[in-house]
Amino acid sequence: MGTQRIIAIAISGGMLLLILELVRRKRLMERYALLWLFSTLLLLVLSLWSGLLNSLASALGVSYPPSALFAVAFGVVLVLLVHFSLAVSHLSDQNKVLAQRLGILQRQVQEQNEHLSTLAQGDALKDAPLGEGARARDREQLTPTS
Amino acid sequence: MNRYLAIVPAHNEAGAITDTVEEIHRFAPDFDVIVIDDGSTDATASRAESAGATVVRLPFNLGIGGAVQTGYLYAQEHGYEVAVQIDGDGQHDPRYIGELLACLQADSALNMVTGSRFLRQGDGHRSSATRRVGIRIFAGLVSLITGRRVTDPTSGLRMTGRVGIELFARDYPHDYPEVEAILMMHAHRLNSCEIPVAMRPRRSGVSAISSTQPIYYMIKVLLAVFIGLFRSSPVVEQGDTPVNAEHAI
Repeated sequence: MGTQRIIAIAISGGMLLLILELVRRKRLMERYALLWLFSTLLLLVLSLWSGLLNSLASALGVSYPPSALFAVAFGVVLVLLVHFSLAVSHLSDQNKVLAQRLGILQRQVQEQNEHLSTLAQGDALKDAPLGEGARARDREQLTPTS
Repeated sequence: MNRYLAIVPAHNEAGAITDTVEEIHRFAPDFDVIVIDDGSTDATASRAESAGATVVRLPFNLGIGGAVQTGYLYAQEHGYEVAVQIDGDGQHDPRYIGELLACLQADSALNMVTGSRFLRQGDGHRSSATRRVGIRIFAGLVSLITGRRVTDPTSGLRMTGRVGIELFARDYPHDYPEVEAILMMHAHRLNSCEIPVAMRPRRSGVSAISSTQPIYYMIKVLLAVFIGLFRSSPVVEQGDTPVNAEHAI
C-alpha cells in the first residue's frame, strides 16, 4: 500500500469522523452536514478501492491515479463552496429582512411611547390650569406687583 | 387567559386557517389559540386574526420546526401548562384535543401524547402508499430505540405538558422535527404515548414534504436518528436547568 493511499485514507476517514462528531455535538446542522458526509464518503471509497480510482483515472486520461483523487477532491471542494455561497446569500437576505423588521418595530415602539407621553401630558394639563392658576393668584396676592 | 394553548403553525393556509381556528374555539374552548404565520405570502395571518386567534408573524419562512418552536417559546413565556400542536391545513381534527388532554392528565408521569392515524384500523385519511412505507420504516426504528410501540412517529398532532414545553422551547429539531422530537423526549427520559385519531385530507396549501424532497427527508431524519444514538446524554446548554427524570416525576 502506497504512502499516498494511507494518507488519503487517513484524511478522508478523519474528516468523516470529524463531521459525524460535530453533528453529534449539535455544532453542525444535519442540513449542512449531508454534503460533507457525501463528499468525504466519496473520497474515502476512492482511496480505499484502488481499482475504482485506477479506472476513473484512465477514463479521465490521467496517468497517475492519485492525481485523479486530487481532481475529484477539487471538484468536491468547488461544489461545497457553491453550496456555502448559496447558504450565505440566503442568510444575508434573511438578515436584511430581520434588520428591516427591527427598524420598523423600533419606530413603532417610539411612536407608541410618544403617544403615551402626550396622553399623560394631556391628563396633567387637565388638572394644571386650576392648580397653576390658583397658585399664580396666591403668589400675586402675597407679593403685590410693584 | 387560559392555562392551555393550541399552537397552529401555518404557511400559506388562507383556505383552511379560518375553519381550523373556529373549530378549536368550538371543540376546545379552554384553549387559547396562537397561529404562527410562517412567512406566508397570502391572507393567512389576517384571516387567523379575524377568526379570533393570536397571530405571531415570522418575518420569513423558518420551516415547520422553527414555527412550532416559536409556539413553544410563547407557551413557556406565558406560563401555559399544556400545549397542543394543530396543523393549520385542516388535517388535524380539533375534536381530539379533549381526548389528548384527558389522556395527558390521566397519568401524571406522561409528558407527551400523540394522535396516531394507524392505531385504529380503517378510518380516516392515511396518506399515500409511498409515504406510508416511509412512516412504517421510521415507526419501526423509533419503536426499536424507545422500546415501546410507536405507530405514527410523523404525526404532528401532539400535546405536551409543562416539562415538554420547556424542553421544546429550548431545543427543537430544525427540519422535519416530528421523529426527532419523539427521540428527544426518550433521551430526556420523558414519557410519551399515542392515542388513535382519524386524520382528514389537507384542505389547502402544500405539504412541507413536496414530491421532490422525500429522499432528503429520509436521509436527513435517518442521519439524525443514527447520530442521536451516539448522544450519550441529552445536550443541554450551559446555564440551562437540566430536564431529567426527577422533573418528570
